[in-house]
Amino acid sequence: MNDSIVLSGVSCAHDGRVVLADLSGRFAPGSLTAVVGPNGAGKSTLLRAIAGLHPPSAGRIGRAGLTAGQIALLPQTGTLDRSFPLTCAEAVACGAWPRLGPFRGMTRGERSGVAAALAAVGLDGSACRPVGTLSAGQMQRLLFARLIVQDAPVILLDEPFNAVDAATVAELLALVRRWHAAGRTVIAVLHDLDLVVHAFPDTLLLAREAIAWGPTAAVLAPANRRRARIAA
Amino acid sequence: MTVTWLLGPFAFGFMRRALAGCVALSLAGPPLGVLLVLRRMALTSDVLQHGILPGIAAGAALAGLSLPAMGAGGFAAGLAVALLAGWLARATGGREDAQFAGVYLIALATGVAIVSLTRGIDLGHLLFGSVMAVDDTTLRLMAAVATAALIGLAVIWRPIVLESFDPGFLRAVGGRGGTWHLAFMALVVLCVVGGFAAMGTLMSVGLMMLPAVAARHWAAGLAGQVRAAVALALLASWLGLVLSFDADIPAGPAIVLVAGALWLVSLLLGRHDSLRRRARARIT
Repeated sequence: MNDSIVLSGVSCAHDGRVVLADLSGRFAPGSLTAVVGPNGAGKSTLLRAIAGLHPPSAGRIGRAGLTAGQIALLPQTGTLDRSFPLTCAEAVACGAWPRLGPFRGMTRGERSGVAAALAAVGLDGSACRPVGTLSAGQMQRLLFARLIVQDAPVILLDEPFNAVDAATVAELLALVRRWHAAGRTVIAVLHDLDLVVHAFPDTLLLAREAIAWGPTAAVLAPANRRRARIAA
Repeated sequence: MTVTWLLGPFAFGFMRRALAGCVALSLAGPPLGVLLVLRRMALTSDVLQHGILPGIAAGAALAGLSLPAMGAGGFAAGLAVALLAGWLARATGGREDAQFAGVYLIALATGVAIVSLTRGIDLGHLLFGSVMAVDDTTLRLMAAVATAALIGLAVIWRPIVLESFDPGFLRAVGGRGGTWHLAFMALVVLCVVGGFAAMGTLMSVGLMMLPAVAARHWAAGLAGQVRAAVALALLASWLGLVLSFDADIPAGPAIVLVAGALWLVSLLLGRHDSLRRRARARIT
């Protein structure tokens, strides 16, 4: 099957400590999956492994038909240097790297794509603002705009709604739904279980190993939640 | 009167050559410096300038006072130290400052030891530079180095800026961050080596870093910071050479002193993040 992400016996370690053990399963093309679990359950590591940033210590991750740049990752907030002297438009334009690479020039199409992405996240009019002047919520909108420009078939979101106010969550969630409707594969690490229940059809409950993986209602049954707490 | 003081020294050919060389370095070095500051590698430049000394000294010991030999030795030693410093930073998980201090102290001592064992090299000239050293060959080397560094930086500009801003993103899109980092470090070493004859190995980085640090106070955007850094470096080169001529101090320290004064002024009065701005923000 094209564009699906297949995990076979994937384990990941940090400094020799296993943070993710023997995970097998498949993210189907076009699926919208929440990854939940206690702190230190290996959720971020899983996303980084799928994105190719953290080589698994065992097992294999199949990314049939996907090249680098076709799996977009939204990192956790606070990992970026906010004092960096780039404008919002420049930061969003970075999303065009998979098409432009290090040397090709920005085309008119790419430029209007950047403007459209800024507008889609409610940052129109901020194109020339330095990223350092953005609030935490605006920064998150900016990174979503970069995802829009990257236009990847697979999108990984690491705690996308942290430190973001309710109005921003609603707008960004609408974007996620639009990606889902357009047939993109979206995998998001989340903490807010109410949000998961009402917006994410599938869920992977992690506590270093997979406690449950499937339709959200079944996965988040009380028995599974208890097991996740104990396993962590 | 003032005009004579500011322009008079350049009636001499060796002062004009030194100025031309420093102008070349002022165009090429500060843009690299701005990126070094943004990559939080200001201290790495310090390691590099100490790191090139043993190579230059070894080149002089093996081939006499030949500029190509000293330059090649310095470039090789600088690259080796850059790789070692980068590897140590990764291998020790961020506790790099202590290792850096270790590396550059050893490099400096090795360099001084080699110089002492070799006849005919003036340690002071090697460390602090001498405008008299800028003959036609040296000037051509400085111009060639500056040209190569500017062209090289233009080529790697987009990837190195992205790698500085969001290295994880560049890796995720398959951008090979390590390659660009290495190319960038090679350009920095090239510039430091290019400046050593006129400014000395210990001062050569000053013209790269001080204007870059000061530029942050004058512009919010990356392009603006690069322009401000180049302008400050040009000013520091000119006034520094005048100071060197008048007060009879080596060119390297003179230029760095002026660049340092410009940085202090920027820190006090600059448009962004300066002490003046902070004081005003507190009052209102």
